Amino acid sequence: MATEYSIRMGDGKRVYHDKKQIMDDLEAGIADAADLGEISGLSSDETERIAEIIMLEGRMVGVEEGKEVPVTHDISTLRIDGDQGNSGVGIPSSRMIGCMMHERAFGADTMELGHIDYSYKPVKPVIAQECQAMEVCQQNMIIPLLYGAMPNMGLYYTPDGPFENPGDLMKAFKIAEAQESIEKSADHLTRDMIWIMQHLMRSASDGVNFDTTGAAGDGDMYSTLHAVEALRKEFPNMYIEVGMAGECVLGMHGGLEYDGTTLAGLWPHQQAPLVSKAGANLFGPVVNTNTSKSFSWNLGRAVTFIKAAVEASDIPCHVDMGMGVGGIPMFETPPIDAVSRASKAMVEVAGVDGI
Amino acid sequence: MGMPISHIMTSGMSGIRAAGDLVARMQFAKNMRIDEAKKFVADKLNVAPIDLSDEFAMREIREDLGIGVITSVAEAPKGIAAKMNIEKLLDIEINSCERFRNQI
Repeated sequence: MATEYSIRMGDGKRVYHDKKQIMDDLEAGIADAADLGEISGLSSDETERIAEIIMLEGRMVGVEEGKEVPVTHDISTLRIDGDQGNSGVGIPSSRMIGCMMHERAFGADTMELGHIDYSYKPVKPVIAQECQAMEVCQQNMIIPLLYGAMPNMGLYYTPDGPFENPGDLMKAFKIAEAQESIEKSADHLTRDMIWIMQHLMRSASDGVNFDTTGAAGDGDMYSTLHAVEALRKEFPNMYIEVGMAGECVLGMHGGLEYDGTTLAGLWPHQQAPLVSKAGANLFGPVVNTNTSKSFSWNLGRAVTFIKAAVEASDIPCHVDMGMGVGGIPMFETPPIDAVSRASKAMVEVAGVDGI
Repeated sequence: MGMPISHIMTSGMSGIRAAGDLVARMQFAKNMRIDEAKKFVADKLNVAPIDLSDEFAMREIREDLGIGVITSVAEAPKGIAAKMNIEKLLDIEINSCERFRNQI
């Protein structure tokens, strides 16, 4: 009987697969990415290397010495003091304490400050408090400290915002009106993000992280790229990171372009050049996890997409590897055996510049 | 919470325990890819790139250069003061330091 290895499904459940099953799933995941993205698959040596990483003994694995990469952080200190029923653990503390814990206790390479809602729009009414918090944190911190939030353009649609909900308009076959609502929301969001970051840069922020860009579709990404462009022009030395929400930009509008390229339907290797062109320093590509497929399938697929993005990019790529992306199981507390193996594969096979 | 710590333990450069913050700064400040950023920082510190993630190798260097360590050391620069030394070391401008200078 063939040796079976403990691995995970995309939802985190433990299963046992032999090497043939692992290789079959890896090859199927790689082929899926290559087909969707119209990119090269992985070589047999690279596929074998991922299989070796998956089958390594030990609960947790690590990259080879000398291959370490910086680990950047999203969601700010909300993972400590926040609790939205997801990754926050709800420990009463302050944001400054959270930042310092990451720097001095956890060994974080960078950190960020963020609002409890973690979207830009709700920051506007409390901008003075955010600036105050940034100044206090910068006085105490040494590692790069960015301000982070989600563009989250959905907050600009009714009933939460001023513009009619394009989903409702589309249901009524009012396509042109839906597109117009997306365009107006995108312009408003761009203005808000620029205004917020102008204040935070004057309050000593190292820069900005646009986290989950494109969550509301192509309008969300269009807005973010224009905000990046404007901020880069005003603050030449600002650190700008753009992390994506999903692997493919959803065409909620369908016709929006940046630099002559239609945003709808872009895959990570096509997103990277646009993010660089807008003026970002660092790109965070995403590949979504399929909960019904194995860890091997998801990891093979994710490494294939990310390797292509790393090769297409002329700025550093810090792959997004939270819960449910980058080959990691879709689970609030992803098992560390899967996290560490995915992390190692991304560094050693996909060649990422950071995580 | 355990997910980011797992990444730090698996792949990270340990921040100011070693030299991860310096490599990250060069990626942000000059768009340097990982190998270029490591080489740049290693050359500035006169160490090999492998030493940048070595807590033992970096501890004394960080203390000597006044660029911040995690424990309390008498008269050692912290916060803005440590970042001003990082500016000089890496030949970059850090926004918080620039804002600080403009206020005095």
